[in-house]
Amino acid sequence: MSEDYIIEMLHITKEFPGIKANDDITLQLRRGEIHALLGENGAGKSTLMSVLFGLYQAEKGIIKKDGQEVQIKDPNDANRLGIGMVHQHFKLVECFTVLDNIILGVEDTKHGFLEKEAARKKVMALSEKYGLRVDPDAYVSDISVGMQQRVEILKMLYRDNEILIFDEPTAVLTPQEIDELMEIMRGFKKEGKSILFITHKLAEIMAVADRCTVLRKGRYMGTKDIAGTTKEELSRMMVGRDVQFSFEKKECKPGETLLSVKDLVVPSKVHKNNAVKGVSFDVHAGEIVCVAGIEGNGQSELVFGITGLEKASAGSIRLCGKDITNASIRVRSRDGMAHIPEDRHKYGLVLDYSLEQNLVLQRYWQPEFEEHGVIKAEAVRKYSEGLIDKYDIRSGQGPLTPARAMSGGNQQKAIIAREIDRNPSILVAVQPTRGLDVGAIEFIHHSLVGERDAGKGVLLISLELDEVMNLSDRILVMYEGEIVGEFRPKDTDVQELGLYMSGAKRNTAGKEGIAV
Amino acid sequence: MNKKKSLAENAKFVSILASLISILVGLLLGFILLLILKPSDALGGMQAMLGTGFSSLDKFGKVMYQAAPLMLCGLSVGFAFKTGLFNIGASGQYTMGAFFALIGAIVLQLPWWACLLLSLLGGAIWGVFPGLFKALFNVNEVITSIMFNWIAMFLVNLLIANIPVMLASAWGASNSDRTAALASANPGAIIPKGGLDAVFGNSSWVNISVFITIVVAVIMWFVLEKTTFGYELKACGLNKDASAYAGINAKRNIVTSMIIAGALSGLGGGTYYLAGTIQYVLEKSILGMGFNGIPVALLASSNPIGTIFSALFISYIQVGGAAMQPSFSSESTNIIISVIIYLAAFALLIRGSIQKLLSRKKAKEAES
Ligand SMILES: Nc1ncnc2c1ncn2[C@@H]1O[C@H](COP(=O)(O)OP(=O)(O)O)[C@@H](O)[C@H]1O
Ligand SMILES: [Mg+2]
Repeated sequence: MSEDYIIEMLHITKEFPGIKANDDITLQLRRGEIHALLGENGAGKSTLMSVLFGLYQAEKGIIKKDGQEVQIKDPNDANRLGIGMVHQHFKLVECFTVLDNIILGVEDTKHGFLEKEAARKKVMALSEKYGLRVDPDAYVSDISVGMQQRVEILKMLYRDNEILIFDEPTAVLTPQEIDELMEIMRGFKKEGKSILFITHKLAEIMAVADRCTVLRKGRYMGTKDIAGTTKEELSRMMVGRDVQFSFEKKECKPGETLLSVKDLVVPSKVHKNNAVKGVSFDVHAGEIVCVAGIEGNGQSELVFGITGLEKASAGSIRLCGKDITNASIRVRSRDGMAHIPEDRHKYGLVLDYSLEQNLVLQRYWQPEFEEHGVIKAEAVRKYSEGLIDKYDIRSGQGPLTPARAMSGGNQQKAIIAREIDRNPSILVAVQPTRGLDVGAIEFIHHSLVGERDAGKGVLLISLELDEVMNLSDRILVMYEGEIVGEFRPKDTDVQELGLYMSGAKRNTAGKEGIAV
Repeated sequence: MNKKKSLAENAKFVSILASLISILVGLLLGFILLLILKPSDALGGMQAMLGTGFSSLDKFGKVMYQAAPLMLCGLSVGFAFKTGLFNIGASGQYTMGAFFALIGAIVLQLPWWACLLLSLLGGAIWGVFPGLFKALFNVNEVITSIMFNWIAMFLVNLLIANIPVMLASAWGASNSDRTAALASANPGAIIPKGGLDAVFGNSSWVNISVFITIVVAVIMWFVLEKTTFGYELKACGLNKDASAYAGINAKRNIVTSMIIAGALSGLGGGTYYLAGTIQYVLEKSILGMGFNGIPVALLASSNPIGTIFSALFISYIQVGGAAMQPSFSSESTNIIISVIIYLAAFALLIRGSIQKLLSRKKAKEAES
């Protein structure tokens, strides 16, 4: 053996009902490298990593550590071999403190009592060493997503793991936090730790990874040295065709006002102040209006207010000329408002319902699907098969797949199919591409522009500045619950937007807006 | 997709197999307990428990008679459960249903079907309170319904004791600690036997209520699986936020679901006390039937059709348990019954292992 591999996964095959999630996949991790794992949603990345971490048992294939074959039956085995994992969806106990979460499962005890002082010292030392800022005594339910992730990372370090798996760690982070994480990963590499890094974002791979293994639909596509490859090549390997990174849109011809928000005030769920403090703007037919901003500046609450998930405490909202400030969610939806929610698991899907049941979640009550209170099962089946086909929603068992068993990207596609197919006048899309691969992002971007070109109004809330610049016809920057600037993408750039987003600049004239 | 499903993927098959296995394990453990308690009578006791239900038509009639209210309480708990509510108040609703039915029968002298309708109403009224408290003030339904169990019991006792005509003593009997026997108070209120007594060897127990109940179970299945109403209820139970997002009125659904659950338990009380064989006795303990609805629902994973079978099973071992006396005290038979029911609820656990076993076998076959 010439190569020094710390972990080798050889010819791994893992099946789920109706689908081969991993089909003869080989992945070799060199000691001390950052190895990226790239693939579309549902390509089988999380499954492969779960096999390595002992959450799933592969039907075929072997795993070697330092050249020796090993059996990993559960996460404890993985831990003993020095393998740690930060999951795509964090696994923390919300009502425990940060410190308790970190030591959970490996607590020291003395006469049956917890011995936390040594643990605290070790955690703080690690936190210091790698720049992982956490508050050890805060409750997990109170800390930001970014800090939760740092807690997950500290959990691995606390257990002295030397092989660190990151499953889509950047999907939930702000741009600043992503930069920080990249720095932290480089630090790990310097310490001699080996890293498996799952992401969809090619730029991140180009920035930190040494090598990259690509999966497509459960199959191994190859491994590349980052130094000798390009974004384009990697994305072609991943999707199986060329991907456009930006595209030409037709000129925007705004029509009548579809959504009109005036002096809207929405209370916050977490603190006593209002999260949205008197926001006004219009969305016209044939226009994509984008609300940009750093997470937590009132965008979520703005959407809650507009869609009716939260009651506005002042101000008014008009949809196609009709006042809907106090209308129920059902009325808003019936009158032409569609909503792609920020949290697809919490709001977007009933995870224990099948795909077809989820596809009619917003219309099961319409005459097309209901007669005398009975659901027309055949109509539902036919309709959902149509959507699955049209939007290329991939799943193990078609319309009958439980939504829970679908990959994140396909779950998102299902939501988008459902919302767009309702033929709404106004589409409110909140971070519709969060955590998705380039193929899916391209698809969603085309869908949104398609809606705009069909004369619909689109209100897009996004944290990704590239997306904002690429898609929008008008940009509103939100900072601390207010709109602090309004731009056209061709008159501004990412740097300027960044200044407004961070509150360094604000534009009072923006209140009147630019003429359309 | 026209690929043939493997056994492991056939969820129905696996869950039925799991239920059967767990019942078997429960029986085995029950037997071991009997051996510990009284080795000399263990075999006979087990025979009594397993054989009695089928030993005579009369006993089987009793199994069916008790299965009806059990089934209804199970349906009640299961229905609420599908909506995300834990209806631990089935007992109180059952008591109220029984009371309303008996008022209809004895005081108002109504025919049996009208009395059954009244029992529905009584249970529904008792279901509405926990529902309203939950929907309007977000009070946990478990707390409210436990309180309402006690309120129902004492209220009904108080009312019956103070309505002289309700008591057996008003109808020619000597005792005033129980309601009148329907045979003397109003024979028209006794649920008809529909010729079943002839089939079941003149069983005094059996009547058409078990069939009424099976029809109710099928209706509940239909409501949950086939209607928009059921779709909404289940969506609320599975994901509150997503159903709010879809414009489903969760508050209304919580209240309706509790009304329906209450009505089901209430009907259970009606079927039990309108059989003409049992009189309501003024006692200071909550009726157990409603609580037994919980394991009935659990064993059936809240599936209405499954509830039919789980209620029959539990009724069967209860009748068998009663026949184990006097060689075993009623306390020890109750322990055995509880152990069996308890283990039966392990079905979920066993389901997972079966699935693993089958898929591993499949993988092996694929390799060879
Ligand atoms: N627990 C599961 N049960 C059934 N199917 C699953 C399960 N987990 C994943 N899958 C399926 O396996 C495939 C691969 O999923 P996953 O590994 O999560 O993809 P990725 O992480 O690359 O997005 C998907 O089609 C998904 O639907
Ligand atoms: Mg994944």
